[in-house]
Amino acid sequence: MPDVLKAPLVVEFPFTRSLGPVQSAFLTGLRERVVLGVRTGDGRTLVPPVEYDPVTAEEIRDLVEVAPTGTVTTWAWNHEPRRGQPLDTPFAWVLVKLDGADTALLHALDAPGPDAVHTGMSVRIRWAEERSGAITDIACFEPNDGTTAQPSGHSGEFEDQATGIVAEARLDYVYSPGRAQSGYIGALSERRIVGERCPSCRKVYVPPRGACPTCGVATAEQVEVGPRGTVTTFCIVNIKAKNLDIEVPYVYAHIALDGADLALHGRIGGIPYDQVRMGLRVEPVWTEGGRYPDHYRPTGEPDADYETYKELL
Amino acid sequence: MTREIAVVAFAQTDTLRTTEEQSEVEMLMPVLHDVLQQTGLKTADIGFTCSGSSDYLAGRAFSFTMALDGVGAWPPISESHVEMDGAWALYEAWTKLLTGDADTALVYAYGKSSPGSVRDVLTRQLDPYYVAPLWPDSVALAALQAQALIDAGHTDEPELAAVASRSRADALSNSRAQLSGSVPHGDYVVRPLHRGDCAPIGDGAAAVVLAAGERARELCERPAWIRGIDHRIEAHSLGVRDLTDAPSARLAAEKAGAFEHPVDTAELHAPFTSQEVVLRKALRLDDSVRVNPSGGALAANPIMAAGLIRIGEAAARIHRGESDRALAHATSGPCLQQNLVAVLEGDPR
Repeated sequence: MPDVLKAPLVVEFPFTRSLGPVQSAFLTGLRERVVLGVRTGDGRTLVPPVEYDPVTAEEIRDLVEVAPTGTVTTWAWNHEPRRGQPLDTPFAWVLVKLDGADTALLHALDAPGPDAVHTGMSVRIRWAEERSGAITDIACFEPNDGTTAQPSGHSGEFEDQATGIVAEARLDYVYSPGRAQSGYIGALSERRIVGERCPSCRKVYVPPRGACPTCGVATAEQVEVGPRGTVTTFCIVNIKAKNLDIEVPYVYAHIALDGADLALHGRIGGIPYDQVRMGLRVEPVWTEGGRYPDHYRPTGEPDADYETYKELL
Repeated sequence: MTREIAVVAFAQTDTLRTTEEQSEVEMLMPVLHDVLQQTGLKTADIGFTCSGSSDYLAGRAFSFTMALDGVGAWPPISESHVEMDGAWALYEAWTKLLTGDADTALVYAYGKSSPGSVRDVLTRQLDPYYVAPLWPDSVALAALQAQALIDAGHTDEPELAAVASRSRADALSNSRAQLSGSVPHGDYVVRPLHRGDCAPIGDGAAAVVLAAGERARELCERPAWIRGIDHRIEAHSLGVRDLTDAPSARLAAEKAGAFEHPVDTAELHAPFTSQEVVLRKALRLDDSVRVNPSGGALAANPIMAAGLIRIGEAAARIHRGESDRALAHATSGPCLQQNLVAVLEGDPR
């Protein structure tokens, strides 16, 4: 069995999210150093505020300002901050019930150590220096002397109200493709194309994924296929992909390699795009140092008879 | 309820810290073949197939469609997928069987946590406006809940450590477990939770076959009849919830009929020791109930499969005659936000 292949994989997905009226007022308020809650039908004040009552699902819109000071309702000491968290020095995660609120807000508390933190302690907001209308406009909480700051009596109406946030996210993975695909990728780097045969229906899958999708059994027997094959169908790409240095228009095709029972796909080069056709015989072109075929080009053979590949369309 | 539906087969992989030599379908296939072999069924005999998994865990988009290769989905089968623990896939399959559209169902779930950093991955399920931008990881949120329990006098750190050691001692009889025997309780991960209070991170898969009525009796000597199953969810905002309680778990148990007669066994999906404390109270489990004889999630917690495994473990005890009435529980979301409870029974002996 070949060594397991591994490669770093970074998935980044910045979502642009629009805000409802209550979220918009709350996050705009943070930008202006004002904390707003929302009043429910039974008179509770929810901070952070939501658009709908979590108990009754009633639409709630009645904004009310609360104080930037409050009380810790529970906490957890985080001695190893992780990427993206509010502080990069050890801190306490806290749920804080702000003065005037009936529910608690999650954030970080900057404290010298766990001995300085307890449930019931008084804390106040430390505002971020640069604020944009986001939960991170609160830099963190810090210990308070117990005095209650007074709300400013804000109406909840702002000029230039925030209408959305951009939520950045990044997750880091180490990708390993598994046994069958590792074998395929390993062979490619030796300029061989190998598939795997299903022990039940005898079909050869290229690229192999380790299982026969018809029979639901593991494939294991490696079979070398190609390198030549037949274009079974194709499309003409007219839009340039980001970060892809290929002139448009070009042809992307399904190619049934000789000996394979499933077509794979690849780009067709070495022929004008408008002359590519079903049945065209092609072969892979490997570039210097390339670990996989750069594209496929015509072999010059006569076109394959439709009957020979119609089952592979 | 007009149809009786039972779990008639269960299989799970070993749960391992990493399965990098296998793709997801390669990891999954042995358990699919195992449950089919136990029942003598072929893919073509299965009326409905439903799976649970999450692409975020391994960072592979549409990985569940690749996993379907392991089922043999051609010619086309009747199939569905939930981006949830497999326990919820089982719920969907149970509903399908209730309608009479199918007599048998294959349910499976898998999770490969090893390619990513699961503590960070799980932050992406949180409120994207107020919570996810702070990246509070799964252990931090569970630690907030644990501290609330300690403050309320419901538990303390030594009691939590005892839950951990009991679970891993029980796991000695579970060959599939990742952590068993004497495991050091370790340092704080996020105080008050120690390493030992947290489920191990592992990769694994599980599969179950459901069957209705007489079909179940044909396929299994002692079917584990699903007498009731229900799932409930709480508000997403942590600050509006009482973290020392699990009202959604209690309501699901009530709707599943768990409180109508005592159970002898409970398989609880508690990835943190503190969550077992909450669940025991919410589900009214006293010392007469055998809790997590498999070792539970503290011994093996392949995310997306661990809840289905609870149902499978409870059913397997009924199949073997070691239980007559068992409760199985699955959870999802931070701090036991969403909970599913099933009540399983064997025929009288």
